[in-house]
Amino acid sequence: MTTELTRLSAAELAGRIHARDTTAVEVTQAHLDRVAAVDRAVHAFLHLDARAALSAAAAVDEGLRRGNPPASPLAGVPLALKDVFTTVDMPTTCGSRMLQGWRPPYDATVTRRLREAGVVILGKTNMDEFAMGSSTENSAYGPTRNPWDLDRVPGGSGGGSAAAVAAFEVPLAIGTDTGGSIRQPSAVTGTVGVKPTYGGVSRYGLVAFSSSLDQGGPVARTVLDAALLHEVIGGYDALDSTSIDAPVPPVVRAARTGAAGDLTGVRVGVVSQFRGEGYQPGVLRAFELAVSRLRELGARVVEVSCPSFDHALPAYYLIAPSECSSNLARFDGMRYGLRVGDDGTRGAEEVMSLTRAAGFGPEVKRRVILGTYALSAGYYDAYYGQAQKVRTLIIRDFAAAFERVDVLVSPTSPTTAFGIGERVDDPLAMYLSDLCTIPANLAGNAALSVPAGCSDDDGLPVGLQVMAPSLADDRAYRVAAAYEAARDAADGGPLAYRVPALEVVVR
Amino acid sequence: MTAALMDYDEVLERFEPVLGLEVHVELSTSTKMFCGCANVFGAPPNTHVCPTCLGLPGSLPVLNRAAVESAMRIGLALNCSIVPWCRFARKNYFYPDMPKNFQTSQYDEPIAVHGSWEVQSADGSTFTVGIERAHMEEDTGKSLHVGGATGRIHGASHSLLDYNRAGVPLIEIVTKPIVGAGRRAPEVARAYVTALRDLLRALGVSDVRMDQGSLRCDANVSLMPRGSSTFGTRTETKNVNSLRSVERAVRHEMGRQAAVLASGGEIVQETRHFDEATGTTSPGRRKETSEDYRYFPEPDLVPITPSDEWVARLRATLPELPWQRRARVRAEWGLSDLELRDLVNAGALDLIAATVDAGALPAQARSWWVSYLSQQANSRGVELADLPITPEQVARVIALVGAGALTNTLARQVVNGILAGEGEPDEVLAARGLAVVSGDAELTAAVEQALAAQPDVAEKIRGGKVAAAGAIVGAVMKATGGQADAHRVRELVLALVSA
Amino acid sequence: MTTISRDEVAHLARLARLAVTEEELDLFAGQLEVILTSVARVGEVAAVNIPPTSHAVGLTDVFRVDVPRPGLTQQQALSGAYATEDGRFRVPRILDES
Repeated sequence: MTTELTRLSAAELAGRIHARDTTAVEVTQAHLDRVAAVDRAVHAFLHLDARAALSAAAAVDEGLRRGNPPASPLAGVPLALKDVFTTVDMPTTCGSRMLQGWRPPYDATVTRRLREAGVVILGKTNMDEFAMGSSTENSAYGPTRNPWDLDRVPGGSGGGSAAAVAAFEVPLAIGTDTGGSIRQPSAVTGTVGVKPTYGGVSRYGLVAFSSSLDQGGPVARTVLDAALLHEVIGGYDALDSTSIDAPVPPVVRAARTGAAGDLTGVRVGVVSQFRGEGYQPGVLRAFELAVSRLRELGARVVEVSCPSFDHALPAYYLIAPSECSSNLARFDGMRYGLRVGDDGTRGAEEVMSLTRAAGFGPEVKRRVILGTYALSAGYYDAYYGQAQKVRTLIIRDFAAAFERVDVLVSPTSPTTAFGIGERVDDPLAMYLSDLCTIPANLAGNAALSVPAGCSDDDGLPVGLQVMAPSLADDRAYRVAAAYEAARDAADGGPLAYRVPALEVVVR
Repeated sequence: MTAALMDYDEVLERFEPVLGLEVHVELSTSTKMFCGCANVFGAPPNTHVCPTCLGLPGSLPVLNRAAVESAMRIGLALNCSIVPWCRFARKNYFYPDMPKNFQTSQYDEPIAVHGSWEVQSADGSTFTVGIERAHMEEDTGKSLHVGGATGRIHGASHSLLDYNRAGVPLIEIVTKPIVGAGRRAPEVARAYVTALRDLLRALGVSDVRMDQGSLRCDANVSLMPRGSSTFGTRTETKNVNSLRSVERAVRHEMGRQAAVLASGGEIVQETRHFDEATGTTSPGRRKETSEDYRYFPEPDLVPITPSDEWVARLRATLPELPWQRRARVRAEWGLSDLELRDLVNAGALDLIAATVDAGALPAQARSWWVSYLSQQANSRGVELADLPITPEQVARVIALVGAGALTNTLARQVVNGILAGEGEPDEVLAARGLAVVSGDAELTAAVEQALAAQPDVAEKIRGGKVAAAGAIVGAVMKATGGQADAHRVRELVLALVSA
Repeated sequence: MTTISRDEVAHLARLARLAVTEEELDLFAGQLEVILTSVARVGEVAAVNIPPTSHAVGLTDVFRVDVPRPGLTQQQALSGAYATEDGRFRVPRILDES
């Protein structure tokens, strides 16, 4: 029974809990047992609060017992939260020494909405420090391992959330995506990861990396589960000035409609810039296979050229570090977090410098210095200023493309999961993982990754990226759901179940 | 070390002073600029803070609409244009009183630009001050330096931070270079800040208390050699905490810089600190050249687009502005230019006008403020406006005199009581027992007593010397501590004598 | 052109209040040089008349009303602090006047 529960989707679990065929407590316990069994190997979690989780689950059960309707379609379902969202009852470390043990005095809006929806937060997941990275190797607390191959990375920065879902530790997780940090981990772990339209999910309580790019979003094993979670966390928040005051796009309906498998009349554009050198051949083949499936479903597929996308990566690696150098300035040891070197002889400035040197890892330091450079007098126009112009061009290319097609598709990432340690000393090589995901962050429109089988050269998961215009997230869900249904039918079942069995720790 | 100063006349012979005044105004909105924390002064430390103004990780700003409207009204009152589009920028630098280690401000896109304003200085002459811009920003927290001798930074062992003030809305008003004031430069500077203070008070946007920090002035001074048209290097003087200090600081800097230049030295572009006690400036931190603020548009806030309708609506809410009032009262009260100028200089015009608004006649309102109250202000070393008495209270006192409940002498005692914090005019009158005694029974008794003590006076009055009654009146006034209604006493004396 | 020297890195580290070791200075200078060469490509875009975008979301005029809202208690505000004194955050001495 226990194993069975962790194999179910969130929608299935919710159905059983709300019909009272099982209890939220039982479901939560089953997942806690699974975490205990496999997380030593995977290391997806930084913090687990079994007591709080079971208590929240019990509250859901109590409400149902009294005949109250469930607080949301996902009430009682367990979830893992990326450790970048503030939680009053659990530490929020952002994967950094700087915030080791820090207990925020307030909940993020996303956290609050999950709690109000009756979702059971099991704990906080591992991530690249302050969301900077593509492999989760930049975590100050050690890397997370890819359940598909424990010697490989689960992607980043949200590797913990993706791995937790891929390892069946939870059916749902929340991540954040600034340059691909939800989508790329999902691609390399065989899960579904969504970056909603910028402004679609509140950033209040999301520790900022790059403010104009950061966006929280769902991670799950099915498109429908991701859609259900999207509708719980999404929507206007008066505490976030960049929050869109409009209803959440009808993503659940789109997922259900899409699952019927008919894409007749849907115009799909293949981004011509996202192929060629640097792309793993097996990834490209899996992508081509996915595209032909879309054709089989009735979609009209054309090639679309977005020339400015070639400049997206450099623009991103100017804008993001610039904003982050400012966002991370507050970490100076004066009000919270780590303080180093305050022995009574040193002044505040020196203590700040020592604290930041000790609290930040090398990737964070690199980006802070890079960002400081790009914004400094005399360099602003050539670097940050120029990058903002490239951003305009990217927005225009998307707009032009969406005149001709309804969605754009590409591989989510040029390669499958690389080995742990393989790219740590080569920042540029690491940055290349984000090649395909970055444009949607710069333009703010919706994008997701849905599993597209495995690469035939190494047997590792490949992701299909589907991009839709801003506020048309439902379009991406529809196409992804249709593709998922067709793929599962052809493969004889969801990809997720083909993950190798993990070494189970018996206690 | 006292810096050498050039003789003032010589300064003016050789140089043209150029000024730039930056005034920061703390708005009196109910809440802070970017969060819903209450905007209060003097509360226990860190009791009006939230994740946003504390800069906690994950926090975000949301703009206070009332603060934007105050900014726009200030701009309009200064004859600025309100831009159709503007946004905020981050000014990045590290300092413990700034929780985010950047200040959310406006950089090259301020909300109000290019105004101009006629300021009247002490000798009655007017000077047009150009307004470069007015923009919105947030205030910092407050630091207490512990362990040093004077509570200042030097010698302190550590510092304590209170963030109640962090995030309070600030409007920064920057003038264009003020050129051509010549020897009147210090007075023009003072007149500008004074007029600005009065304007802001009239708009109701701030408490404008320089002593509490809700109005702050930084004075930029440079000297241009006569015959040249290139501005010299400027210094910025801070810690200018009163109107008088504005004038003194400018005057001192002019003399100091002239002495430096005359001896072949160069002016260092620096921030200087004004010392109240000595009236001199000393070098502060040399920061301008080494600090690079790395401004970029604030990504957590969206642009503001003031519509024509919004601007028009706000323009209609502007109260009678000081120069409008001056023109009006001059006509209504029939003042000469000189009389008007004297009132303005004394800082009395608005106070008198408010007193008139509260019901007093102009002549009496003027008389009180310009003589007795001015004396009180001088002896206390404060500005007229900072006396702890309101125009409404003065009007009430005048009304009491008019109704016969007080004599002028008694009225002064009531005013003293108000200044001492004893309460409203009627309260002070009752508490001190200052009311004019006018009951016939009491007065008759007093008159009879006085007559009995001076029997020869009664004879004189009966004999036709009515003026002799004055001695009885005087005696009664003395006996009643000045509270008798002198006119009534005289009537009673005559009546009793002839009875 | 896009050379970034050790001295420049040291200056930037100072601006960013980041103490760096000698080894880090060399390492970062080298790595940043490579990254900068790559990102400098943004200059290739013939972007003469193109307006910069700082916000993908096209919102304007987002405000809140001037009505107080409950915040944190003093205890909550100080809860993460390394050191406090008399209800205030205690920090090492500040050497420079702002």
